[in-house]
Amino acid sequence: MAERVITLPDVGEGVAEAEIVEVPVKIGDPVREGETLVSVMTDKATVEIPSPADGRVAWIGPEVGQKVAVGSELVKLDVAGDNAARARKSPTTASSTLADTPSPAVTVPSGEETTSKTPPSQPPPMPSPARPREAARIPPQAMPAKPADRPLAAPAIRAYARDAGVDLRFVKGTGPASRILREDVDAYLATAARGPVAPHGLARNTGVEEIKIIGLRRRIAERMQDTVRRIPHFSYVEEVDVTDLEALRADINETRRSGRPRLTVLPFLMRAMVTALRDHPPLNARYDDANDTLYRYGGVHIGIATQTSNGLVVPVVQHAEALTIWDCASEIARLSEAARSGIAKREELTGSTITLTSLGALGGIVSTPDINAPEVAIIGVNKIAMRPVWRGAAFEPRKIMNLSSSFDHRIVDGWDAAQFIQTLRALLEAPAKIFMET
Amino acid sequence: MDPISCAVLVLGGGPGGYVCAIRAAQLGLDTVLVEAGRLGGTCLNVGCIPSKALIHAADEFHLARRFATGSPIGVSVADPRIDLKATMTWKDGIVSRLRGGVYGLLRRADIKVVNGIGILRDGKTCVVDTDMGRQEITAEHVVIATGSESVPLPGLPFGGPVVSSTEALAFEDIPARLVVVGGGYIGLELGTAYRKIGSEVTVVEAAERILPQYDAELTRRVMARLGKLGVEVLLNAKAMGIDRSGPALRIERGDGGEQRLPADKILVTIGRRPRLAGFGLEELDLRMSGNAIEIDDQCRTSMRNVWAVGDVTGEPMLEHRAVAQAEMVAEIIAGEKRSFDKVAIPAVCFTDPEIVTAGLSPDAARAAGFQIKLASFPFTANGRAMTLEAEDGFVRIVARADNHVVLGLQAVGQGVSELSAGFALALEMGATIEDIAATVHVHPTLGECLREAALVALGQGLHA
Repeated sequence: MAERVITLPDVGEGVAEAEIVEVPVKIGDPVREGETLVSVMTDKATVEIPSPADGRVAWIGPEVGQKVAVGSELVKLDVAGDNAARARKSPTTASSTLADTPSPAVTVPSGEETTSKTPPSQPPPMPSPARPREAARIPPQAMPAKPADRPLAAPAIRAYARDAGVDLRFVKGTGPASRILREDVDAYLATAARGPVAPHGLARNTGVEEIKIIGLRRRIAERMQDTVRRIPHFSYVEEVDVTDLEALRADINETRRSGRPRLTVLPFLMRAMVTALRDHPPLNARYDDANDTLYRYGGVHIGIATQTSNGLVVPVVQHAEALTIWDCASEIARLSEAARSGIAKREELTGSTITLTSLGALGGIVSTPDINAPEVAIIGVNKIAMRPVWRGAAFEPRKIMNLSSSFDHRIVDGWDAAQFIQTLRALLEAPAKIFMET
Repeated sequence: MDPISCAVLVLGGGPGGYVCAIRAAQLGLDTVLVEAGRLGGTCLNVGCIPSKALIHAADEFHLARRFATGSPIGVSVADPRIDLKATMTWKDGIVSRLRGGVYGLLRRADIKVVNGIGILRDGKTCVVDTDMGRQEITAEHVVIATGSESVPLPGLPFGGPVVSSTEALAFEDIPARLVVVGGGYIGLELGTAYRKIGSEVTVVEAAERILPQYDAELTRRVMARLGKLGVEVLLNAKAMGIDRSGPALRIERGDGGEQRLPADKILVTIGRRPRLAGFGLEELDLRMSGNAIEIDDQCRTSMRNVWAVGDVTGEPMLEHRAVAQAEMVAEIIAGEKRSFDKVAIPAVCFTDPEIVTAGLSPDAARAAGFQIKLASFPFTANGRAMTLEAEDGFVRIVARADNHVVLGLQAVGQGVSELSAGFALALEMGATIEDIAATVHVHPTLGECLREAALVALGQGLHA
C-alpha cells in the first residue's frame, strides 16, 4: 500500500491559483485511473484533474468554492503496491462487516447458503432490543451514506415521464414500495398545470434557499464588482435609423450563396466599429490602471458578450479588421457555440480590446452596460423598433435602433465618446459607407 | 466516387453499429454504415455465438463420453467420437446464417453499407478507401461503434502458439495441452470446452480467485466443477513469457517459485480493450474515460453530434448493452427524449455451471449503503433440477430490508442463463420480494427457485 499525493498542476499560462468547483469523490471511494478527482476553474475554463492511478481516496484537502494555489495538495490516494490483492481486500471486508451488524432485518447471516434451511415458522424478523445497542457501537461516520433514492418506476413509465418532461424524482409514487405508477405521473402533471399546490388560497412561503456562489458565477460577481468600483462609467445613448441597413441585410440574406451564414445586425456593427475605430483609436485599447499605461491596439479584437447556461461569458473575435462580414458572422456563431457548450479555449476568451453586447429581441430601449475591464469602451445594442420619424414633410415609419454605450471616463472624455458614436451612427445609417475603401 | 451525404453515419457493423443503423432507418433517418470486416462484429463472428456453439458441442460430447462408462439414468453409448473439423463447419454455418440475416436486415431497411475502414476527418466527415475507390461521407451525426479487441499480455504477444479467443474458436485440431492465461469468463468458457473434448487444460490466473468480478459464493461452484473436470487452476500465478524450446509457458507461482507449463497452445484471455486506433479518432477532440471514449447518459461524446456506443465506451463490454445504447442513440437523433436509465445490465458466464447476475451483488448493495435482506434457494430442493441431474447451484435474491424492493438477482447452475430475462424484468419493473412471491411460477422448472427464494426472504419458505 502506498500513498500518492495529487497536487494542483500548472493548468495554464500565468495561472497561479484555481477555484475548486467540484469534488465528485468522497473519502473511502475507490477510483480508477483517469477518473476525475477534482474539477477546478481558472479564468473561465474548467479543468478536470484525473486520477493518475487506481486506488482509494484517503484524504481530500480543499472544499468546493475554495481557491488553491498551483502545487497545493488536493487529494491523497491509497494505491496498491505489490501486495495489491491483500491490501485492497482488507478495507472491503471491514466495511461489509460493519454493514451487516446493524441490519437486524437480514433474515439470515449473509454469505451462507444455509438460508434455504430457514424454518418456515420463523416469525417475521423484528429488531430485538439488543440490536440497537450493537448498532450504536458503530461510530456514525463509519456508516456508509444512504444512497440517493433512484425513483422506482417501470421502464414504460420512465419513458412516459420523460416524454412529458417530468422528472420522476419529484413525483410521489403510490404503488408498492412507493413505486411510481402512470396515474402518479398524470396526477403530477395535473398539479403542475394548476400551478403550485395552494389548496386553500394564498399561503406564506417561508422557505429560504442557501446557494453558494461558486465557479463562473463567482468570477462574474467579482469582476463586475471590481469593474464598477474602479471605473467611473460614462454612458451615452443614441438613436440610429437602421431602415437602410435592414433593407441591405434582408437583401444580402436572400441572395446569399448556399453555405454562407445568415447575417444578423452584429457583423455589420462589427465592420462599422472597425471603420469607426480608425478615426478614434483611443477607444480600441486596454488600460492598465495599476501602471498608468494605456495600450492602444492596431488590431480590433471584439468581445462578444454571450449568455450561457452558467452565466455571462465573453468570447473574442480576434482581428475583426482582417475579417469579411461573412467571417465575422461565422466567428460569432462558432465562438458562441463553443462558449455555450463550455469548450471555448482560454485564448478564445481573453484579449478583447472592445466589447459588443446585445440582448437581441430582449434588447429593450436603453441599457447601461458595464465595461469589460481593462477595456475602455463597450457598445450595447438595443432592439430595433418601427417608429414614426419626422422627415421634413411628414412622419415616416422608420426602423430605429438605440446604441447604449459605456466608456471609461478616466481615459475617454464625453466629447470623444460622442464623436465615436456619431461616426458609428453615420456608417450604420448609410451602410454602403461601411464597405467603402478608405 | 461521388461524396455521400447522410443524416447518420455509423462507424462499425457490430451489434451496436448495425442495430443503431436499423433503428435510425426505421425512424426515417438516411443512414450509412461503414464496416471493413464482416458484419456482426465480435459477438457474431468471434465471440458469443461461435463460443456458445463450441461449448454446446463440447457438452454433448462430454455427455456421450459419460454415457460410454455407464450412467444412472440408464443410457449407454458406445465409443463416442468428436470430429472437430465437422464441429467447426457446423459452428461456421450458424455464424454465416446469422451474418446473412444481418445483411438482409440492413438491405431491407435501405441502409447503405460501405465496405472499408472509415477514417474520420472531423466530427462530420469520414473517408473510406473501398475496393472501388475513395468514398467521402458527410453526416449530420456520427455514431462510433468500433468495438473492442483482445488485450495481449506484455511479453507474450499473439502469434505462433500464443492465441487470442478468436483463434481458439477456430482450432483445426484439439490441442493436446492448452494453457489459458486469465481466469475470466472468456478463458474459462473456452478452457472448459476444450477440456470436455479432450485437451489437458491449465488456467493461470494472477488474482487470488477465478472470475474476480463475481462474488465468491457464485464462483466457488465453478471452481469445484473445474476440479472435477480435471482442469488445473493456478491462482496468484503470473505468466512470465514463452519458452520456445517446448513450447511452454513460464510462470511465477504464488509462492514465488517458477514453473514451466508445456503447451501446444497458449490462450491469452486477460481482457478486452476499446478499439480506437486506425479510425482517425485521435484527430477528434474526444474526451476519454480511462482507455474508453467518455459518454454521458445519452451516449453523447464530448463532441457535438458525435455519439459512441458499445465496447468502445468501456465496461461492461456486452452485446446487449451495446444494442440498448444503439437503439437509444438512434431514437435521440430522431428527436425522441431518451436517456440510458437501465436499472440492470445482466451478465452471464457460460461456464460449467453457468452464472447469471443482474443488479447489485450483496457486497455492492452494502457498499451502496443499503440495509439488505438476503435469501437463496438451492437446486438440490428443486424437482426439475433433479430430473436434469443439475442439482448444483442456487438462486439468490438481494433486496432492500426496509421496503423489500429487489436490488439484485443471481444464480449459479446448469442452464441458469435462461433465468436472466426474468431477473432483468423484475429489476426494471421495480419488483418487491412480495411481487415475486405472488407471481405463479411453472412447476417443474428451474425458475421456481426464484419464487422459493422470495418466500425464504419473507420467512415463508415452503420447500426449504
